Amino acid sequence: MSGLLINDISMRFDLPNGSSVQALKNVSLDIKEGELMSVLGPSGCGKTTLLNIVAGFLAPTEGQIELDGKVVHGPAQERGMVFQQGALFEWMNVRENVSFGPRMNGVPKNEMNATVDHLLEVVGLQDFKDKAIYELSGGMQQRVALARCLANDPEVILMDEPLGALDALTREKMQGLVLKLWKETGKTIVLITHSVEEALLLGERLLVMAPRPGRIHKEYRLPFAEMGVGADLREVKKHKDYGPTREEILTMIWDMEEEIMGRSEDAA
Amino acid sequence: MIGLLILAVYIAIFVGSFMVVKFVVRKASQQADFTSLKTVTFGDESAITPDRAASVISVVTIFLIWAAFTGSKLSPVHAPGPFIGDASFTYTAQTADGARDDANVSVRVFELGGDDTPIEVEPGDGFAKNDALTLRAWRSKLLTWDKNDEVNRKDGALIVAVDGKPIDRDTNVRVDGGVVALTDKGTLNFRAYQGLQMEPIWLPPPEDVWARLMEISTEGYQNATLVEHLGMSLFRVISGFVIGALVGIPLGYAMGLSNWFRGWFDPIVEFMRPVPPLALIPLVIIWLGIDESGKIVLLFLAALWIMTIAARAGVSGVNISKIHAAYSLGASKWQIMRHVIVPNSLPEIFTGARVAMGVCWGTVVAAELVAAEVGGGMMIMVASKFQLTDIVIMGIILIGIIGYGIDILMRRAENWLIPWKGRG
Repeated sequence: MSGLLINDISMRFDLPNGSSVQALKNVSLDIKEGELMSVLGPSGCGKTTLLNIVAGFLAPTEGQIELDGKVVHGPAQERGMVFQQGALFEWMNVRENVSFGPRMNGVPKNEMNATVDHLLEVVGLQDFKDKAIYELSGGMQQRVALARCLANDPEVILMDEPLGALDALTREKMQGLVLKLWKETGKTIVLITHSVEEALLLGERLLVMAPRPGRIHKEYRLPFAEMGVGADLREVKKHKDYGPTREEILTMIWDMEEEIMGRSEDAA
Repeated sequence: MIGLLILAVYIAIFVGSFMVVKFVVRKASQQADFTSLKTVTFGDESAITPDRAASVISVVTIFLIWAAFTGSKLSPVHAPGPFIGDASFTYTAQTADGARDDANVSVRVFELGGDDTPIEVEPGDGFAKNDALTLRAWRSKLLTWDKNDEVNRKDGALIVAVDGKPIDRDTNVRVDGGVVALTDKGTLNFRAYQGLQMEPIWLPPPEDVWARLMEISTEGYQNATLVEHLGMSLFRVISGFVIGALVGIPLGYAMGLSNWFRGWFDPIVEFMRPVPPLALIPLVIIWLGIDESGKIVLLFLAALWIMTIAARAGVSGVNISKIHAAYSLGASKWQIMRHVIVPNSLPEIFTGARVAMGVCWGTVVAAELVAAEVGGGMMIMVASKFQLTDIVIMGIILIGIIGYGIDILMRRAENWLIPWKGRG
């Protein structure tokens, strides 16, 4: 069975004062190979915790992750990760950053160089190969991060708010790039975001999570990602279902946020 | 008194040169860079750059004041100097039965190396005979006036006036070239006028220091050449620092990567860090004596804790995303150490190294002041015992220049080796 299976995951953090926080409760998901899934939810709903468990940085208190039928233990190169920012190695130039994975895994040099050149062309950085990371703009740095992740040819790409720190225009361009990479490489992508629009545009499947305990609240299947490949994303937003879906999800998240506020006010 | 005067002169030059540069020179050549277009500069840190004219004037002012208050040829104007030359005054002696007679005192005040032959005087008439007094500039001298007189203090003779002005133990009389006071024993004390300049034994003029530098750099001092003295200090600093770094950096890494190491060494490091290396000098001397090993151990200890803490901070400061990213890309622990943790900690380690080099340089001079056979600190210490102020000042300037040079080299190396510093 191919694909990523999240099997009844629960995560409880024990606090030093004896109490504990249920970050995730009985989360189950079956993500098929080549699926593009976006995850949305109010802060504290455990979406980053879920991603860290899938990546292997955290071990769940209950349940397990399976990739292609094999149980996952710890981080490995078949599950690549793209972080919000600050995860590039400033002491390496663009080419060295992108080739980091293959170099660590002992890929032959000519093969590695070909991969790196190709990927830099895909993300549009072929003229910046020898630049230092700190000489690049925020958007370019995230392109490097995407290329670095792809250089290892992972089966699943986990993205933790990769476009969160970018300005609106750059962000829109990068959303197009993510869609293009998804279609061209056929990778399974799980993308966490705070932006409802981004979740709508970059999610074949859109998962809304609810907090306390973190759980799956609702799931959507959306046509926008497929439509957005190679197209103008602003055209996609004019689709008749786009606006209503966005309003529905926004209301849902607002209600959850209000509930959290209410609860903490009660507690106080 | 002189200190306040120097301070006043310094402030006057500070304000005066500011006015001149700002309103006269800058008016003529208006700058046209971006900062000059800013209307808000007060509080905008980026608009503040050191005014190089001020830096130059500042350094020149220090030398000028130094020269002006030491009578140096380098300064066109000088503070009033001490009295040098010949002068005279008269004293009036009175016997027990009330008879009075005047006598003349010829005074010769000479500068060091000047003409110090006493003035020959005729005894003159009357029971009080003329005297001669020879003394160095800035000094004073007792005049036992009754030595050659026909009366003396044992018989009740005493001085009642100098230059016709009444004198007693509480009243001094100003005379040509100095001040005359009456001592408790009834003798006269002539103090030559000192002026406002510093005496060379307290502060020699710049050219004396320069001449001393030339002399010592060719002839050496205390059985070692200048290069040997300073080279030895530098050698001690570098050996102590290198050993400290070789031990401290791995120790810091271990403390940043292992609970056990962190727990084991935390109390030691946190205890040793606030102990100034200077406080260890006596113990190091007791244990290892005053030879090289003692000094290198001291500098090793001075550098060790700083480098350990810097390396530990460098490891702790790594953004966890970088580590996670490296693991996700398939790197092993060793590869993460080599390609992520070590390069990521380099900026912290370099900052630590700069601090450690500064501390080591200060510590070596102090250690040499306490005990050494050769070294920059030893040179000043020995010179100070013989009041050779010029060597002391020369030594201080050289130590300062070398310390400054070390820091500049470290900063250069930093910019060259870790260009990403502060831009992560």
